[in-house]
Amino acid sequence: MKRPVRLTVNGRSVERTVEPRTSLADLLREDLDLTGTHVGCEHGVCGACTVLLDDEPIRACLMLAVQTDGRSVTTIEGLAGAGSGLAGAGSGMAGDGELHPLQQAFRDKHGLQCGFCTPGILLTAHAYLREHPAPSPEEIREMLAGNLCRCTGYHFIVEAIAAAARTMGGAPS
Amino acid sequence: MKPAPFDYVLARSAAEAVEALARHGGEAKVLAGGQSLVPMLNMRLARPAVLVDINGAGELDYLREADGALAVGALVRQRMFERWTAARLPLIAEALRWVGHAAIRNRGTVAGSVAHADPASELPALLLCCGGTVVARRVGGERVIPAAELYLGPLTTSLGPDEIVTEVRFPLPRPEAGWGFAEVARRHGDFALVGAAALLWCTEGRVAGARLAFFGVGGTPVRGAAGEALLSGQEPTAARLREAARTAAAALSPDADLHATAQYRRRVAEVLAERTLTAALARCGGNA
Amino acid sequence: MGAKYFGASVPRREDPRLLRGEGRYVDDIKLPGMLHAAFVRSPHAHARITGMRTDAASRLPGVAHVFTFADLARWMKPLPLFGAIPPGLAARVDVTMKQVPQLALCREVARYVGEIVTMVLAESRALAEDACELVEVDYEPLAPVTDMVAAAEAGGPLIHPAWGGNVAVHFQTGFGDVDAALRAADVSVRERFYIQRYVGMPIETRGVVAQWDRRDESLTTWNATQVVHFVQQGLVAALDLPAHKIRVVAPDVGGGFGTKATGYAEDLLIPVAAIASRRPVKWTEDRREHMMAAAHARHQVHDIEIAARSDGTMLAVRDRIWLDLGAYNVWGIVLPYNTVAHLLGPHRVPNFHVECRGVVTNKTPNAPYRGAGRPETVFAMDRIVDCLARELRMDPAELRRRNYLTAADMPYELQIPYRDGNGLVYDSGDFRANLDVALATVGYDALRREQAELRARGLFRGIGISGYVEGTAIGPYEGATVRMDVTGRAVIATGAASQGQGHETSFAQVAADALGIPLDWVTVVGGDTAAIPFGVGTFASRSAVNAGSSIHVAAGKVRGKLVTAAAALLEAAPGDIEISDGLASVRGVPGSAVPLARVIQASLPTFARPSAVSPDFEATVYHHQPTVTYTSAVHVAHVEVDAGTGAVRLLRYVVAHDCGKLINPVIVEGQIHGGVAQGVGGGLLEEMVYDEQGQLLTGTFMDYLVPTAMELPPIETVHLEYPSPRNPLGIKGIGEGGAISPPAAIANAVEDALRPFDVRVTRTPLGPSRVLDLIAEAQGRAGAAGGQR
Repeated sequence: MKRPVRLTVNGRSVERTVEPRTSLADLLREDLDLTGTHVGCEHGVCGACTVLLDDEPIRACLMLAVQTDGRSVTTIEGLAGAGSGLAGAGSGMAGDGELHPLQQAFRDKHGLQCGFCTPGILLTAHAYLREHPAPSPEEIREMLAGNLCRCTGYHFIVEAIAAAARTMGGAPS
Repeated sequence: MKPAPFDYVLARSAAEAVEALARHGGEAKVLAGGQSLVPMLNMRLARPAVLVDINGAGELDYLREADGALAVGALVRQRMFERWTAARLPLIAEALRWVGHAAIRNRGTVAGSVAHADPASELPALLLCCGGTVVARRVGGERVIPAAELYLGPLTTSLGPDEIVTEVRFPLPRPEAGWGFAEVARRHGDFALVGAAALLWCTEGRVAGARLAFFGVGGTPVRGAAGEALLSGQEPTAARLREAARTAAAALSPDADLHATAQYRRRVAEVLAERTLTAALARCGGNA
Repeated sequence: MGAKYFGASVPRREDPRLLRGEGRYVDDIKLPGMLHAAFVRSPHAHARITGMRTDAASRLPGVAHVFTFADLARWMKPLPLFGAIPPGLAARVDVTMKQVPQLALCREVARYVGEIVTMVLAESRALAEDACELVEVDYEPLAPVTDMVAAAEAGGPLIHPAWGGNVAVHFQTGFGDVDAALRAADVSVRERFYIQRYVGMPIETRGVVAQWDRRDESLTTWNATQVVHFVQQGLVAALDLPAHKIRVVAPDVGGGFGTKATGYAEDLLIPVAAIASRRPVKWTEDRREHMMAAAHARHQVHDIEIAARSDGTMLAVRDRIWLDLGAYNVWGIVLPYNTVAHLLGPHRVPNFHVECRGVVTNKTPNAPYRGAGRPETVFAMDRIVDCLARELRMDPAELRRRNYLTAADMPYELQIPYRDGNGLVYDSGDFRANLDVALATVGYDALRREQAELRARGLFRGIGISGYVEGTAIGPYEGATVRMDVTGRAVIATGAASQGQGHETSFAQVAADALGIPLDWVTVVGGDTAAIPFGVGTFASRSAVNAGSSIHVAAGKVRGKLVTAAAALLEAAPGDIEISDGLASVRGVPGSAVPLARVIQASLPTFARPSAVSPDFEATVYHHQPTVTYTSAVHVAHVEVDAGTGAVRLLRYVVAHDCGKLINPVIVEGQIHGGVAQGVGGGLLEEMVYDEQGQLLTGTFMDYLVPTAMELPPIETVHLEYPSPRNPLGIKGIGEGGAISPPAAIANAVEDALRPFDVRVTRTPLGPSRVLDLIAEAQGRAGAAGGQR
């Protein structure tokens, strides 16, 4: 039996009616056409589906869409550009069309290849750097351990996140 | 991998939750963090007719210290607990670093992990190590179940299908107690192949108390009672700790699976028991 | 003609959309009226299908169709097979080979867990899965075949009864006289090594969307494939349509690694579903399906022997090899012969003999995966070399130094052919230099001293070396069309496709240099059969060499046409025309520069006059690449082993490699890093496990363990450059190399670390349980031998 759900996605209020078994990932991808959140395993291990729920990273494949009623979700589409709930003083947010410093760092450092795991990693890193602005390489690797990448061997991803941390104001530790 | 269809009930209080469970007999399952349940739904290994979502029951979202124990409401997330225990119960904070990854711990609940009873998971063993209890509620009342009586087998507890865990209680160790925690996992965040948690406190150079618990060693977490007994009242020399570890591990009957043999688990349980007891001793206030 | 972009680590053109989450992968494609497919897959490894009932499934609301073999029989042509033996190879090696094609749906017999029995189409994937559960299939289980060595012997159950056995590929080859060399040798060692079954496991699973247009009877299919033209050819054969009526497009693809470079039932079933249902159809593989139905890989046994003089000079290698191919021999000669051709690698070995058997078993069929036989063969060779070093009491680095070929030996011919039937001739490289650089970079001597100190304190660190030589960029071609548009921009169309390798950037670099235009004036279109009619695809580290060469030559031709047109426009001799940065000018005439757009537009006919020069600014070249070019590397792994828990920690990993000239250095490094990570997974973590009934026990990411950032150190890479003489750009392939050596280097490092225990490493992955077993086993041997604790 379908249920209504009303939530905020990337700063915009949306309302849909969904089956209880629909995941948040499927709501985003199918009902809201936000296909930047990717599905890799549907059992919470690969991290490709990571989004922010009220600013905290969670697995969109393990959350039922109906559970997001009244909540706020940020996807990769909300990281750069206008209308995201992440804009604020000191957040380093870019304007419409520009890349967020994290995204720019990934580009500068070749931190992505096929791009499939990238949105999940960017959001995980974004949330992490907010709490830990100057992580060591070891801390970055531990933070990344919940996001699988099969293309890069993580080497340039770690460098990109460290570079972004420096750009965004944290001193290297 | 999409779940089989189910009905959904959002419970706004513990009372609503247990009423829904009672109404649906064994056909309902409780949804808290969902980090263990939803994968099983997605793989159709679990096919409840009804999900009772307790995330609306705000009254279950509390964390307080009372009567020498940490009382953890059913909605407390593992991540919140990790932060909270860093100062008050570092054994738990350390163990939680090994539980999955931040994104999992942001949703997964302490009570959920305790009730899910995966024998390779950390929190049930910690509950056993600390001598904790759960409060189980159903329509018509609640009861307190000690950890030692909670775990019956893999993913199996003494909870009835109409009961939910509303609170988990971790007794605080004595201030002078040292702690140790170690596990072996194939990768960081994976379920443990085997793990150990230890608490140790001394008086006048002799062991006044020791608590040792293992996980990944069979169908349930296991106390290393024989090893603890060996230490009680004795001087905690390296040789005695080693012997306690060996005795505790010898009593284990672990299982084999894809990732490790039974002998591996028993052998490494001994190694980890020694390492955690040694670490606990080093952290002992009374022995410093 | 300047090389402005070649050799520069230009930031990637594809990144902005991928970083924004605006990539378009197959599952992102939505078409109006689209149905979703799900499959009933065999739960048995080997079973006869004796009955089926689909009524309950068909009646479920939201279900559009339930298709069995009988329903789709007219389209059930054999799926493609690969790896036919080239004539040049057949002439020199006597190969017995059997291949029987798979059908897209099981007709009577299922031969592996995961093989497709029935297809369901419904309004949503969830409903399709609900319906699949309602399909009833009657199975009569047959005896499963699961052990490749046992299955190669006569007398057991057969997978393809008409064969009379389970050996799909069998040959022997070699040179010199191994028996004589063994008799003359001072020392020989022999060992049996097991390389486990492990796989590519891209983070994006497979997927196919198909749309049949009844108005013009054409099919479009989007497929997360590395080989759009192969897929098209398979559809041409099955659907009996002309090629130009079938368009196969690979959109953004989330990793391939070879797993997406083979022929699959779903490639055909989804287009057939679209035709039969008259609606667009989508299938997105879920991870559980992927584990059982996407191609498997690796899985070999080597019984290898090496003989040498007491000074370490290698005299002979003999190897008996078994490969577990899964249920169908889809890839023919490729995996077995790759294994053989790459066994000796960088070593000088004058006598050589191999006997190789590819065996079918009731498992998911194998296909080439990053390295494609080379990781397995290098494991056997580098392990036996370390065993030899141990026997000789010689440092394994020194043993290799004495036997590695150098630049002075090039070109170096082995007396066996390469897989393409041409001579096996190493064209360039200096393998000893790779070794020296790798050892210097890791600080080998210092690590040995540290090892001794730590050992005395009960800490066990080890160093492991592995070297390979890799035939890359197999041909015979990958064509390219270079075409200018009216604004002076260029479009490059090629059959190569990117799954993260950065073709949109690196190929643009090659084209921009050859044309003389800015980099962002170039658009690369890959992976679309409508863009270029003939193609092969991206695998085997072949695209930069094959497509790059075609692009380079074709762009050069287009530049020539631009020069002619500019000469006409500017009234100068063609020899005096310069093209640079998108402008054509006359040398020595300041102010003469005109944009290429103007040159192009000026060549169009007007009412007043015909063209002075035809407005043809396009060229298509299918550069012929008759054989491979040789990349090489040495890897060094530095590990620490916890002898109490068996846990192996990878402290450092060094790669010294030669892949010729580099188009885009940072992209090259990224390819090496990714390959190394997959190799580390193979060495320590990953395994597809079957039980004796052929049941696949590893079904999720909880059991199939892909390395995370915590299992890998930074990967230290040093480039050596020995340009290839075999293509105009001097480049070599690098997509696979990183994955070849890690299991060998890590295994050698672990055995080295545990030398005080005298363990013998013979198989991977080296998980903690296995490592502790090795120590226990060694202690048991020592106890039995000397009675000492």
